[in-house]
Amino acid sequence: MEKINYKRSEPRLMKGNEALAESAIRADLDAYFGYPITPQSEILEYFEEQIPIRHGKVLQAESEVASINMVYGAAGAGARVMTSSSSPGVSLMQEGISYIASAQLPCLVVNVVRGGPGLGTIQPSQGDYFQAVKGGGHGDYHLIVLAPATVQEMADFVFDAFRLAEEYRCPAMILSDGALGQMMEKVELIEEGQFPKRNFSWATTGKPATRERNIITSLFIEPEKMEGINYDLQAKYAKIQKNEVRYELVETDDADIILVAFGLSARICQKTIELAREKGIKLGLIRPITLYPFPTNIIKEFADKAKFFLVVEMNAGQMVEDVALAVNGKKPVYYKGRMGGMIPTPEEVLVEVENIIAKQSEEKR
Amino acid sequence: MENEIQDNGLEIVYKKPSTLTDTPLHYCPGCGHSVVHRVLMEVVDELGIQDKTIGVAPVGCSVFAYNYMNIDMQEAAHGRAGAVATGIKRVLPDKYVFSYQGDGDLAAIGTAETIHTVNRGENILMVFINNAIYGMTGGQMAPTSLEGMKTATSPYGRDVKLMGYPLKITELLAQLPGALYVTRQSVHTPNAVRKLKKAVKASFEYQKLNEGTCFIEVVSNCPSGWKQTPVQTMKWIEENMFPKYPLGDIKVPKF
Repeated sequence: MEKINYKRSEPRLMKGNEALAESAIRADLDAYFGYPITPQSEILEYFEEQIPIRHGKVLQAESEVASINMVYGAAGAGARVMTSSSSPGVSLMQEGISYIASAQLPCLVVNVVRGGPGLGTIQPSQGDYFQAVKGGGHGDYHLIVLAPATVQEMADFVFDAFRLAEEYRCPAMILSDGALGQMMEKVELIEEGQFPKRNFSWATTGKPATRERNIITSLFIEPEKMEGINYDLQAKYAKIQKNEVRYELVETDDADIILVAFGLSARICQKTIELAREKGIKLGLIRPITLYPFPTNIIKEFADKAKFFLVVEMNAGQMVEDVALAVNGKKPVYYKGRMGGMIPTPEEVLVEVENIIAKQSEEKR
Repeated sequence: MENEIQDNGLEIVYKKPSTLTDTPLHYCPGCGHSVVHRVLMEVVDELGIQDKTIGVAPVGCSVFAYNYMNIDMQEAAHGRAGAVATGIKRVLPDKYVFSYQGDGDLAAIGTAETIHTVNRGENILMVFINNAIYGMTGGQMAPTSLEGMKTATSPYGRDVKLMGYPLKITELLAQLPGALYVTRQSVHTPNAVRKLKKAVKASFEYQKLNEGTCFIEVVSNCPSGWKQTPVQTMKWIEENMFPKYPLGDIKVPKF
């Protein structure tokens, strides 16, 4: 993925949700539609406070169902538009997201994930990984999914998400969690006026005499045509997979055991690496930044070097399936996680690593 | 308005609006949809607002409306036309936006979106086709189906104690302060069509004022769903629909 050097403001201390919202205004957001839900209501609150005195449009909708369909309408009209919610609310949006993917509209959906299933808890979770990267709604489609691990990335990924969404006419998602949304950290925000709008020839802005009418639709009743649309979508996803994979490697150069973790879990793993290296265990970390497209190839490369992989997640083991697919049986792939709003500690991840090492040496004997 | 005189001296007294495409209509013979399409596009033509008009057609028989109307259009998910139209109008406040929705769409699955769109007084026109049945899916009971009405899902007639009462959503919406103009029209006679056109024209004109939502219910027919000939449906509308859904303005703007 392209890395752009934007001009940035002086560092300041901000909450993840607020940094994300401020960054969206600086990204010249045209409209935000949303509905309150913990732990992300600060996003809507921030927009309701800032947008009227700055620029753009903001509307508190009657539901997440309405929010995502307002996003559909505004995106179809060529606007830079977003919504945000947390897990139960994002479930309600799935129908609309499927329509947006099929109609090939750019937009940003932010999911500040909380523990589930059901109404669950308001504590952080990564339980919506499958929903985010495998489609979520009906039909064959993907979102471009970015997973921030810091408040800085909560802010920066707004620009990345819109850039990718607009380039590929594909909805993008920032998959965060309740802790990243609520925590305060130092952030250097991208300054305003550096992110020009594109002119979308397909947008429904009123048909002038000079062009054919524009139609935003996901209805293609003839199966031959619908299959064609599917081929187009799949070709687009192949291009995204080829060009837009992004990941971070932490202390992997000499590592013989590889942790794989995204978002908050990746930060926990960084501490685990420190603790492990004090004990002489050579741990490294692959942090997928784009969850879709998934960094399959780099994981595949490490399958030749590593003794085993341990996937650390705040769910029952979801990304571990994609890691196992990438490793393709070459090395063992293990999972360590907590669920339902509980966060694994660096120490308990290390204990898991040590247990696996002990188990493996026992098996050798 | 003076009629156009052709080179051969003949006067053109009737023609297809330029904003209707040449695509053959897929509607059943005798269905009111095509008349309402025509009325809408005649008004767009006469006001000269083709380049400023965006339509929204959600799931239902009229989901293909964009095949017939030569304007920019968005297809919406079932029930969500109000939300989609809101999204368009909020980012394009100087454009004319209308939704075109059936009874199942507007008054069942989309009730929340409908009420809140009108309650916010979105400056759009909502056209509500009430034919008391689900046409596209094959004649199932609609929220506006009449008491005792036989449909595919009320084969013994609508039992209101079990299936609920016919929903007069138009009267309900007229109560909301966001509603600027609320009227109930029909297309069962030429005179009714003329009255509908007047209401549509007024609604587009009102959009310029930014004073609230215009809402037009069109009591229409469904020959296939009602299992009647088109002529029979016109009589059935008068005898059965109008007593429950009386024609006329329900709320008019006070300036």
